[in-house]
Amino acid sequence: MKQSMTTLLFGATLVGFTTLAVADQGTTEQTDDPAARGLSIMQERKARDTGWQSSEASLEMLLTNAQGQTSSRQLRMKNLEVAGDGDKSLSIFDTPLDVKGTAFLSFSHVNTADDQWLYLPALKRVKRISSRNKSGPFMGSEFAYEDLSSFEVPKYQYRYLGEEEIAGQATWKIENIPNDEYSGYSKLVSWIDQQEYRVLKTQYYDRKSALLKTLQFSDYQAHPVDTPNGERKSFWRANQLSIENHQTGKATQLIFKEYRFNTGLSEADFNKSKLKRAR
Amino acid sequence: MKAPLLISLAVAGQVTSSYAMDIQGSIGIEQRSFISNAQFPEQGNHQTSLTIEPELYWSWNDQQDAFIFTPYARLDSLDNERSHWDIQQAKWVHLQDSWEFELGIGIVYWGVTESQYLVDIINQTDQVETVNGDRKLGQPMAHLSLIRDWGVIDAFILPGFRERTFAGKKGRLRTPWVVDTDAARYQSSAKQKHVDWALRWSHSFDQWDIGVAGFKGTDRTPILQPSANATLQPYYQQMWQLSTDVQATFNEWLWKLEALHKEEQEQSYRALVAGFEYTLVGLAQTRYDLGLLLEYNWDQRGLDAPTPYQNDLFIGSRLAFNDEDGSSLLIGLARDLEQMSYSGRLQGSTRFGQHWRLNIDAWLFHSNVDTDPLYALRKDDHISVQLAYYF
Repeated sequence: MKQSMTTLLFGATLVGFTTLAVADQGTTEQTDDPAARGLSIMQERKARDTGWQSSEASLEMLLTNAQGQTSSRQLRMKNLEVAGDGDKSLSIFDTPLDVKGTAFLSFSHVNTADDQWLYLPALKRVKRISSRNKSGPFMGSEFAYEDLSSFEVPKYQYRYLGEEEIAGQATWKIENIPNDEYSGYSKLVSWIDQQEYRVLKTQYYDRKSALLKTLQFSDYQAHPVDTPNGERKSFWRANQLSIENHQTGKATQLIFKEYRFNTGLSEADFNKSKLKRAR
Repeated sequence: MKAPLLISLAVAGQVTSSYAMDIQGSIGIEQRSFISNAQFPEQGNHQTSLTIEPELYWSWNDQQDAFIFTPYARLDSLDNERSHWDIQQAKWVHLQDSWEFELGIGIVYWGVTESQYLVDIINQTDQVETVNGDRKLGQPMAHLSLIRDWGVIDAFILPGFRERTFAGKKGRLRTPWVVDTDAARYQSSAKQKHVDWALRWSHSFDQWDIGVAGFKGTDRTPILQPSANATLQPYYQQMWQLSTDVQATFNEWLWKLEALHKEEQEQSYRALVAGFEYTLVGLAQTRYDLGLLLEYNWDQRGLDAPTPYQNDLFIGSRLAFNDEDGSSLLIGLARDLEQMSYSGRLQGSTRFGQHWRLNIDAWLFHSNVDTDPLYALRKDDHISVQLAYYF
């Protein structure tokens, strides 16, 4: 009951801002408009995941090829929430050992291309890399750079597709069409659980509209954090992300080990000049 | 009491994903074989090398302080001058949010281009290591960084000069007369004890990464002067230079510029390298990224310049396989636009399992002008295969 109220409220607020679009549709009942309904659910998803400030985690990345052989790598991720723009993230590789100390810094943006730098310890060199690669694989995995970039509402156009149950949980099924012409996808379909607004599953469709990948989130855990406005709020993070490429048969799992929030990270920790210090 | 304290420090280190102490590094074996027979009777056609580079890292004060120690050694079967060791890093680092300080021996890299390292000046090139000069010798320094909203200021005081390494009598990739590194001479009476300094401002905003730097001190590139006993003596003069390095990143386009103005003892000159790298992401519906590189190299000294890059066009292609083994391949050709002279390179790399990396480098050189620096290398086309174990 509470959720649908929230949805209604958000739907109503939204109409205020997008009167033109709604007027074109000629609808009087806002929540019947699949675009507005999809948008309001995603706005609530973002609202619920706002206020965590910073987080750190170590994780294992398991790559499985079409023959079922696996290889593993260890990395650590630091994230900084940026109000009004995409988040900043720093990934540090511990294995494979030949790339130990390699650090990847990314400033994701809502409307413009992300800024990305790579530190190569062998040459002591920081390289600004092309942001055009967002559709490309992240460190040889089945995750594209854009899959790991922070979720921001204006990155997509939404359409509410209906309700579905996933593993006994009621979800909303929502279509996301990327606004960025450089996205590797024609669309994403995500399943958002109605209880906590967590993504349980996302399907990625390639630019020819064929199903490319399925990402499943599991082992969700709530992390209580004191937000800047004094409220104590729980943030949900999946400890396991499994992505399968239907076209190649390859798969990648991300297994998060220790999520910690509000660890005192600041803008200074995400300065390009700090990359060479990443340990 | 000490042992439990150390253990608890180590445990605390694990918990916070930081390490109180950490050892990593690599051991490698390299085979370098030359395609043509040697030009000079003492030289060989094959050389095998063993290399080792461990890195020790201690941190304390919640990683605000650290000591890093990285020795390096190479043992070469052919060339005594290529068998050498160096302290790449031995420095104390103190980190704060808005400033950093390091004291000791370290390596600092400046620059953005691929075909040559024009503005990179802090460290001496360890020339016996690689053909393109990307291996450096550790430089003693006191280095302060101030990190501000308007950019980063790096100030360096550099006491102690490192002399460039040159291939020995038996080694390949050398001048007809061997460079006698024991006979180095200096303009400054302080010789190797001359204290150099450098100052750099760098900043990233929007699509731009910009650096402007000044350096005053002993030139890293010596003048090679013929001596009476048929050797070349390195002469290190005093100089100052102003340089800039700029990269603009517009989606698939990386635009790059390095330029400098240098005042030497007898002359002053300008030089630049400018170009782009254009990346075709997901080439033909694959995972591959193909980068196309074009860089123009210019030096005001023209054909008198001791560098082959006085009026040269570099074209290259970088293939990133984006596979789990991090495989990549770079092919490049630098062609002189004034005289018949070029060099070509192929650099490939891939990983095996968790510990091994294979690097293959091949170079070819052509020149039919005996005043061209590449002329001495015209018989030194080679392929080098390196297998390294990382720990």
